[in-house]
Amino acid sequence: MTIQLNGKSVILPEQVRSIKDLLSHYHLENRLVIVEVNKEIMKKEQHSTFKLSDGDVVEMIHFVGGG
Amino acid sequence: MLKLGDYSFQSRLLLGTGKYPSFEIQKEAVSVSEAEILTFAVRRMNIFEDSQPNSLEQLDLSKYTLLPNTAGAKTAEEAVRIAKLAKASGLCDMIKVEVIGDDKTLLPDPVETLKASEMLLAEGFIVLPYTSDDVVLAKRLENLGVHAIMPGASPIGSGKGIINPLNLKFIIEQTSIPVIVDAGIGSPKDAAFAMELGAEGVLLNTAVSGAKDPVKMALAMKLAVEAGRLGFEAGRIEEKEYAVASSPTTGMVTS
Repeated sequence: MTIQLNGKSVILPEQVRSIKDLLSHYHLENRLVIVEVNKEIMKKEQHSTFKLSDGDVVEMIHFVGGG
Repeated sequence: MLKLGDYSFQSRLLLGTGKYPSFEIQKEAVSVSEAEILTFAVRRMNIFEDSQPNSLEQLDLSKYTLLPNTAGAKTAEEAVRIAKLAKASGLCDMIKVEVIGDDKTLLPDPVETLKASEMLLAEGFIVLPYTSDDVVLAKRLENLGVHAIMPGASPIGSGKGIINPLNLKFIIEQTSIPVIVDAGIGSPKDAAFAMELGAEGVLLNTAVSGAKDPVKMALAMKLAVEAGRLGFEAGRIEEKEYAVASSPTTGMVTS
């Protein structure tokens, strides 16, 4: 499937179905990351249950230095 | 003791985490400052290029109260979205409302800041708005129920210090919630001055991260905030037009 990830169109391999899969695909499973799908914030509990669909708009957000 | 919502803090210095020359220096500066509240920003991950670990993740975040900002927001709705994203980390429920209304001066948009604060209070956040140094706006925010007012001393990152101490004093005297002077602090004297005016705290970033020796400056700021607060609590003497001798004026050893 194809999703919009952080503003970029990406084609995901077939085995990537959940948010958890997506995080491991990008090697982010141990990072502090907040995921938003179609402007809806995903709770951590949803990471393994929420199934991504073709055309989803996904944002991966984190904290950076700032004042 | 600085009280914000249900939290209380020994330290009255709030430190930003942006623009340090290296992670090692940042870590040391944060430690030396003895700050208990750290600010940071919420951004998209650079997943396609960046393989570097995020320096912020290398700090032991559990030791600090995290104060994310909504920098980047130009409307109340954008600020609320950023705040909710930050809260979804499960690491914080405090938010520095920062809605910029002008790109050149980075001065806050008072109308959107007020709107965002109201929406975030309804969502149960501990709301700390970064505002211009306007006493009427401060009172309006206080009436909404914000947990502190954070007026700027001068434009963000300018290091110009406190350019309108009178307005800051008005805000401090006319509101009964903590006032934290945020933005524009350049040197320790500015931080001490803010505290002497009666501020409950000082929030700064560039003054430390941009100093030639950020670690030494972090210590200087810690001491300045403490000195200023002690001076405020002690109550300074009144200014007089002419000299008043400190030594006795009787029993002079003169011929």
